[in-house]
Amino acid sequence: MTPAGPSRQGWGFLAPALIWTCAFFILPFLVMGAMSFATLEGRTLVWGLSLENYIELGQKAYLWRAVLVSLEITLTVTVVSVVLAYPLAWIIAYRVPQRWQRLVLLLAILPFWTSYVVRSYAWLLVLAREGVINQTLIGAGLLAEPVTLANTRFATVTGFVHFFVMLLTLTIYANLVQLPANYRKAATDLGANAFQTFWHVILPLTLPGIVTGAFLTFVLCIGDYVTPQILGGNNELTVPQVIMVQLGRRADFPLASALAIVLMALVTVVYLLSSRWLRLDRL
Amino acid sequence: MRALPFAYLVLAFAFIYLPVATLVLFSFQGGTLPVSPFDGPSLRWYREVLSDDDLTDALVNSLFVATLSSALAVTLGFLAAYGLARHTLSGSVLIRSLLIAPITVSYLIVGLGLLIVVQRLGLGVSLLTVGIGHVVINLPLCFAILYASMGAQQENAERAARDLGATEAQVVRLITVPMLAPAILAAFFLSVTLSWDEFIIAFLLSRFDVTLPVEIWSLLRSGLSPRLNAVGSFVFLVSVTAVLILEILVFRKRR
Amino acid sequence: MTAPVSLTNIDHHFGAFHALKGISLDIGAGEYIALLGPSGCGKTTLLNVLGGFVEPMQGRVDIGGRDMTHVPAAKRPTTTVFQDYALFPHMSLLDNVGFGLRMAGLGRRARHDKARAALSLVGLEEAAQKRPHALSGGQRQRVALARALAVEPDVLLLDEPLGALDLKLRRQMQDELKAIQRKVGTTFVHVTHDQEEAMAIADRIVVMNAGRIEDIGTPARVYRQPQSLFAAAFMGEMNRIAVTGHGDSIETPFGPLARSGAGALTLCIRPEALCHAGEGFDLGPATVRDAAFFGTHVRAHLSPVAAPELTLVAHLPACAVPAEGTQIALRADVEDVLVFDTEDDHATH
Repeated sequence: MTPAGPSRQGWGFLAPALIWTCAFFILPFLVMGAMSFATLEGRTLVWGLSLENYIELGQKAYLWRAVLVSLEITLTVTVVSVVLAYPLAWIIAYRVPQRWQRLVLLLAILPFWTSYVVRSYAWLLVLAREGVINQTLIGAGLLAEPVTLANTRFATVTGFVHFFVMLLTLTIYANLVQLPANYRKAATDLGANAFQTFWHVILPLTLPGIVTGAFLTFVLCIGDYVTPQILGGNNELTVPQVIMVQLGRRADFPLASALAIVLMALVTVVYLLSSRWLRLDRL
Repeated sequence: MRALPFAYLVLAFAFIYLPVATLVLFSFQGGTLPVSPFDGPSLRWYREVLSDDDLTDALVNSLFVATLSSALAVTLGFLAAYGLARHTLSGSVLIRSLLIAPITVSYLIVGLGLLIVVQRLGLGVSLLTVGIGHVVINLPLCFAILYASMGAQQENAERAARDLGATEAQVVRLITVPMLAPAILAAFFLSVTLSWDEFIIAFLLSRFDVTLPVEIWSLLRSGLSPRLNAVGSFVFLVSVTAVLILEILVFRKRR
Repeated sequence: MTAPVSLTNIDHHFGAFHALKGISLDIGAGEYIALLGPSGCGKTTLLNVLGGFVEPMQGRVDIGGRDMTHVPAAKRPTTTVFQDYALFPHMSLLDNVGFGLRMAGLGRRARHDKARAALSLVGLEEAAQKRPHALSGGQRQRVALARALAVEPDVLLLDEPLGALDLKLRRQMQDELKAIQRKVGTTFVHVTHDQEEAMAIADRIVVMNAGRIEDIGTPARVYRQPQSLFAAAFMGEMNRIAVTGHGDSIETPFGPLARSGAGALTLCIRPEALCHAGEGFDLGPATVRDAAFFGTHVRAHLSPVAAPELTLVAHLPACAVPAEGTQIALRADVEDVLVFDTEDDHATH
């Protein structure tokens, strides 16, 4: 039962946020969409309905390869992060004593709250040729020469996995502690061993948490420019890196916009896939 | 706890803290080497950072943008959540999706869109445009947090206050805001942390006055350095402080 | 303060659901009224119409002789004790109870004095500085009552105020509520689905069903002489026997009964109205199927010899428990034998 106030009053409360979102999100997004169909002639922008940018994207290897690289890295990161985060969340939820759980969880995700830039830089300290790992291994006599760890896809994936393990630990933990303890008791009571309990009861029930976390991972990972730029170097470029190249050196806004639209399309496809899966899961 | 889970926990923490611990440790370097051998502890690089005008300017800019944009995002988010939770409006599902939509779009695209509009309008980029961008990305979070916390308990209390003669403004000021204070604080500190850490929008939408992550970015071009270690550790420290304040203020109280 | 209430022809829909169907009701100043009925009967909606939270689609609400139909809750001389109490968790008890006075623009000192007085009325003046979460359920209930009474409303509305309390506490709070109402003299309108609660507290009970008023009267009248089959059944356990009416006499399995009525009828007798002996309507001998001792009475299931397919419940005196299989004679006072139309649940008389 809402107060006797007219709905005009409700719109009054909503108007500032709606206007803000429309003016600074929806409108720029539409302009960007239109921009992706424009072309550059010399340095002048020509609006229109040209598919040139999208065709160029299919023809030029460094463009479509960026899409592939982005997808490969993102999928690797998502799978590795889920596999590493699940046991961690499980241990915190079920093995760490109740009174320590909040503290352990807080500590486990504390570095999550660091700027992308600082976190990637910190990994550079660890992975660089003169970095901590190489120096430690050489100092221990295990290596004669420093190995190249930074400026590789391995470094990019490591930096990403570090971040997303924390994010996924949070979402999966939240899902695990919501499960009533009696589910596990009931499964054990009916004769299931620890693995059977996990496989038949806990895993299906935590699937929504996993899918949600994995979707977030995908969205944030595929759109990130900083981590591949600092840790991956310029050996292979991801889509955000290519977008920044267009903006920087060439000021090719139409091509950058087209690439951004492709990025959005990828995220939308993954969203549709995962939401369909979720709905099937609920049935 | 048996051995295997414990070992996994230790390994996971080692992985999670390896870069951060390295960063903080070597921010106390005495010499000019960015990494080992460790020859500190010394506060030399922190002193250097604090006497660097570019860095301190960027620091002030960052705090300024984070605080103001978060205050605006929380205010807009609160009003929208209140309007949507307390009034029956046609199309409320659509409005909710519209307000949440920016969450699903990467910061790069939000920044690119704004940059294009700003350029087309012939306006310059500045801290103002950075702040606008940060409100765009934080508004959905603030709205979602506050909307979720406007439960039946609040609604009943608001109804009781109205029954006792309170006007709409008094209901909001005396009942809704104090009851939602934990959620409002949570939304604010989360916003501050995200804005403080944000790089790409700040990078695209600023030129002369920049925020701290953007300043760090430009220092990165010259490679690893103990000065970067110090400033990076400082950024981390501020974020962690905000998160810990949030934890203490909000979650401790709830128990 | 106190005032009479008059509802005239109130009608309300929620979408397709017809919640209130032409309700008219007059409540005297200082009366304690219970709105009684099953969930979904419209009693809470009627309370919300009184409190100004729901504006009825048709009809008129007068409080103290003034038309209040379109006056919002904040401006009405009514206050509500909500089902979940709706205490403000961020305020002390004193501030909770003083809230309405603050809204009325009362100064700090006067407000605190009045709030203290209201708290002492419910026996909680010692706890004035506590927060609601530090209280037990019964104490919260009292604070909610004090808060609603502090502004000295003409009419106090109570929405299942005791629903969250356990049985023992509920019985105790019923007595307290009634005592407080006598003391302040305010008109109380109390929604409940518990007929014992309604009988314990109310001057008059309003029995509601499916958006209509089935019966209005004192507890004794509504219990003993209900105006409809629904009211009869809702007020307590009832033996129902199908009978047929022939104008000025009714044919029952136990012989004719001198009442008017036609067609399919239902004869109702409360378990405690059935007794071994005495005057009145004779049901003949009945076989004891089982009997159990309940302290105040013996509850027995009986099969009348005249109609062995029937099972009657009787509350017999506690002095002796009849053995299974024995036969006893059953009678009922003619006053206690009720006859209703089976079809539309309305009394015939």
